Amino acid sequence: MKQHWWKVLGVVLVFYTIIWGFLGEVPARFILNESIRATYFHVTMWFSMIILMTASLVFSIQYLSKGNRLADLKAKETASTGVLFSIIGLVTGSLWARFTWGAFWVNDAKLNGTAITLLIYAAYFVLRGSVDDPQKKGRLAGVYNIFAYVMMLVFIGILPRMTDSLHPGNGGNPAFGQYDMDSQMRMVFYPAVIGFALIGVWITTLRIRMQKLIWKKEN
Amino acid sequence: MQQLQKLSFTLFAFLPGIPLLAQMREKPEMADLMRSNGKIYVVVAIAALVFLGIVLYLINLDRRLRKLEKDDK
Repeated sequence: MKQHWWKVLGVVLVFYTIIWGFLGEVPARFILNESIRATYFHVTMWFSMIILMTASLVFSIQYLSKGNRLADLKAKETASTGVLFSIIGLVTGSLWARFTWGAFWVNDAKLNGTAITLLIYAAYFVLRGSVDDPQKKGRLAGVYNIFAYVMMLVFIGILPRMTDSLHPGNGGNPAFGQYDMDSQMRMVFYPAVIGFALIGVWITTLRIRMQKLIWKKEN
Repeated sequence: MQQLQKLSFTLFAFLPGIPLLAQMREKPEMADLMRSNGKIYVVVAIAALVFLGIVLYLINLDRRLRKLEKDDK
């Protein structure tokens, strides 16, 4: 049970998010109305994705410097869970946009940026699939993963801030300022990020363990 | 009886003014009603059950993997 404490923590935090995400007080805002609560579920997906992609980057660098196969596997599986979270983030964001901005997809720098990011990471998996030799695959994928991470930062972190964007924190909109979240929302939001990220890590470890078993069988 | 008539008359007299009153205090529309009649708890329960299902599924997967890992050793 000792090594499972973080899984329990993740589950508890997500349950906390579900309960206080709906029942907690939120600031009353025009247009947003109650949909402001989507912050706890939509924005957390992106935060978790960035956490997972950062972990993937670290594993890739680890593989490139040490060359152990496990680090490459870890890099691959964390990126794959990150892609899962970003797809959920994209779909939920699209639904939220329909009822606050008026359309499922608006030509917003951040929306297009995330779509491009998703394609960049899709290419990471295509690249992996197209090389048979594990060492060559690991090296190529590792180098590409560093490139993908930098591109992700550019497309969802830098470019949206330089142009007009509907998202808070971009193009002159304040991010997480007093207009977006009050202290009560923060009390749900940050635990929510940790909770969802831990669930993501859990899913990732399951996939890593599965692949390790497959490797053992092959040998 | 007469009092009741009087009361209902006053109520009806004020009825057309209600939308106006609502307009006067212009506040963002929030789902206060949903919370006041208690049904928001139903939504919370459903969302929690959905997540519980996913967690049970993950635990199940985790257990199966652990069994396979043990058999392998």
